[in-house]
Amino acid sequence: MFNSHNDGGLSRRGLLKGATALSASALILPAGMRSAAAAEPKKGGTLRIAITGGSTTDSLDPATWSELFVQVFAACRVNYLTEIAADGSLVGELAESWEASADAATWRFKIRSGVTFHSGKSLTPEDVVASINHHRGEDSKSAAKPIVEQITNIEIDGENVVFTLTAGNADFPFVMSDYHLAILPSADGKIDATSGDGTGGYIIDSWEAGVNAKVKRNPNYWKEGRAHFDAIELYSILDSAARQNALITGEVDVIDKVDTNTVGLLSRAPGIKILATTGTQHFVFPMDYRAAPFSDNNVRLALKYALDREEMVEKILGGYGAVGNDHPIGPGDQFFAADLEQHAYDPDKAKFHLKEAGMDSLNVQLSAADAAFAGAVDAAVLFSEKAAAAGINIEVVREPNDAYWDNVWMKKPFCASYWGGRPTPDWMFTTAYAAGVPWNESFWDNGRFNELLLSARSELDFAKRKDMYHEMQMICQKEGSTITPMFASYVMAHSDKVATPDVVATNWGLDGFRCVERWWFA
Amino acid sequence: MSVIWTMIAKRLGLGLLTLFIISLIIFGATELLPGDLAKSILGQSATPETVAAFRRELGLDLPAHTRYLNWLFGALQGDFGTSLANKRPISDLIATRLGNTLFLALYAAAISVPLSLTLGVLAALYRNSIFDRAVNALALTSISFPEFFVAYILIFVLAQSGLFPSMAQVDARTGFAEMLYRTFLPALTLTLVVTAHMMRMTRAAIINLLASPYIEMARLKGIKPMRVILRHALPNALAPIITVVALNLAYLITGVVVVEVVFVYPGLGQLMVDSVAKRDFPVVQAVALIFAAAYVLLNLTADVLSTLSNPRLVHRK
Repeated sequence: MFNSHNDGGLSRRGLLKGATALSASALILPAGMRSAAAAEPKKGGTLRIAITGGSTTDSLDPATWSELFVQVFAACRVNYLTEIAADGSLVGELAESWEASADAATWRFKIRSGVTFHSGKSLTPEDVVASINHHRGEDSKSAAKPIVEQITNIEIDGENVVFTLTAGNADFPFVMSDYHLAILPSADGKIDATSGDGTGGYIIDSWEAGVNAKVKRNPNYWKEGRAHFDAIELYSILDSAARQNALITGEVDVIDKVDTNTVGLLSRAPGIKILATTGTQHFVFPMDYRAAPFSDNNVRLALKYALDREEMVEKILGGYGAVGNDHPIGPGDQFFAADLEQHAYDPDKAKFHLKEAGMDSLNVQLSAADAAFAGAVDAAVLFSEKAAAAGINIEVVREPNDAYWDNVWMKKPFCASYWGGRPTPDWMFTTAYAAGVPWNESFWDNGRFNELLLSARSELDFAKRKDMYHEMQMICQKEGSTITPMFASYVMAHSDKVATPDVVATNWGLDGFRCVERWWFA
Repeated sequence: MSVIWTMIAKRLGLGLLTLFIISLIIFGATELLPGDLAKSILGQSATPETVAAFRRELGLDLPAHTRYLNWLFGALQGDFGTSLANKRPISDLIATRLGNTLFLALYAAAISVPLSLTLGVLAALYRNSIFDRAVNALALTSISFPEFFVAYILIFVLAQSGLFPSMAQVDARTGFAEMLYRTFLPALTLTLVVTAHMMRMTRAAIINLLASPYIEMARLKGIKPMRVILRHALPNALAPIITVVALNLAYLITGVVVVEVVFVYPGLGQLMVDSVAKRDFPVVQAVALIFAAAYVLLNLTADVLSTLSNPRLVHRK
């Protein structure tokens, strides 16, 4: 056993270095906008946030969380074992510290003492075990089931909880920060998933699913220097114009998902600041690796050279994003392969690869709907326009938004999709690129890639890991079956009365859902 | 009067049959929609195992007719069940939202019905004048714009200047006066949308009668035009006007989801849309039946009132 904090491979400092680079590159902020943020956090006030993605079918059960409203609501009420800090590094939350066995297959988390739930119950290791078990097992209907499937056994050892994994995973503590894996109070080894209790900085005052949620500050919150507001009101506003109106008329203080078509107008309104962060969220066009013509790598390469990424970022994202290089690792990641040649629009190269594949022209259908990502249909049309110059005829098939993930995604051979992103390369690759996993949307299967994925996962030496991840990004880019044209920013706006820290998290929107406990009123 | 009571009894019986047929159609339609609750809730993150676990727990793996009969027996005993998505009793889910929807509908009706009747009468009185033309043009313009456009214009003019709130956020703790203030813009939007129909109908029904011999007679006796219309023409024009008012009231209850979304008003429309999107069948059923019942009851009321307004129908030989 060794303490992972002090080991060269996975030290917090090592992560921090990479993460600082990430935050510097990821924050797109007009000059002079950070002035209010330098001040010390102040307590008080009622923060009102307008959030998209709320629905009357929302539930308090962590197994069902998938949209921003419930995610931010959860960040008010609950804590996790670990937390991704604003700079991208991993810090302990309800776990005080953790250590791994030499093969990274056994992880021991020391549970923080003196933490109480809103009900007054003290946090115990049993609560942690029951909370994680909620997502495991035969009857689990949790969206997080695939990420906890690697756990074979959970044991309590005094103040510690010990996880045994099927194989070594150096990133396991990152997995424990996943927003589904909330720690809830348990009785007899089971959690009451819908009680709304938690250890978080705010206590539920009222909640009307799909309408609003009101919480008030938890006076006994264990975390120092967090949760500055007296109360928070979350409003579910689905219409983007209604969100902007609410902010302009002062009905709310913060809004998420600003429409990039009108962000220019909004930024000119007095007293309003735009906040944009680029992290791991990216948009993709996966191709079915098993079926012709996409089984031929030359065809895949031809398509990769046939779209204008710069133009897509400009027109689809309104400039709020970064070009992708046909692999899922964002430019801010510490493992990002910066020296990899950037794929760009090049009809001649596309033609060349078509020739190599023995074709003069190529006819394919691309299925898209805005359910995949906002602007997906427009992006597909742009792709089609540009690809024509290379002799590639893309017929854009506009699919219904309804049941898109059910009927189109992973059913049609070439379609649009998105990834909110994962905090580590291993997590991202394992979710959507490893052979045979349920969300491998392109059905890609590359021997060398799969081999590297396994060895990198249990590799605790940072430099060696970095080399492996570089090679994997290169394989994805040159042979992968997914076109990754762009990384999209999270674009938010807030009134100038709200102060944000100097560094805002990029892993998810609204400061990684944590604006509720990291921001304050200036 | 017995004519009326028989009619009400008959129509209520038929109404129940209508509701039953509607529940069958709604069930059939939700069955035809692709995907089910498990897949809709899990979305992109659905895996075969989690979807199967979801279905087992909610009984979605049972055959369709079993699920429908289970629901029907519950409903017949007054138990509409719980939402499949968040396990809350449907009566709880619907109660406040139904209250909100009815409040907004009544608010809009309280403005639009008197307004459109007055304008209709005045337009009939001064027909073909500048006033008549202006009122008609305005009413037709406002009905021709989509609701959300009218709503945005009102927000731009009345909310961004700070006169009225752009968000109609209300809850159980909101007082009555505050409710009226916060929901003024949505009520005004709906008023602009429904006024034209009722106003034009009132005008047309009255003008239709003005050519009748008895009106001619009244005029020849030297009765003032306003009195001719209110005392002699209007009572005979009531039947078509009542029907069109009932139709618009039903629309105000069932068709305002766009206005709800723009003004962030928690009404039944949004509940229905969310539940359809997530395939939450018991909630869809309950809301659809409320909407259907609103149509049945309002049409019945309209027919009863029309009958009452016509002595020939009440005192049939």
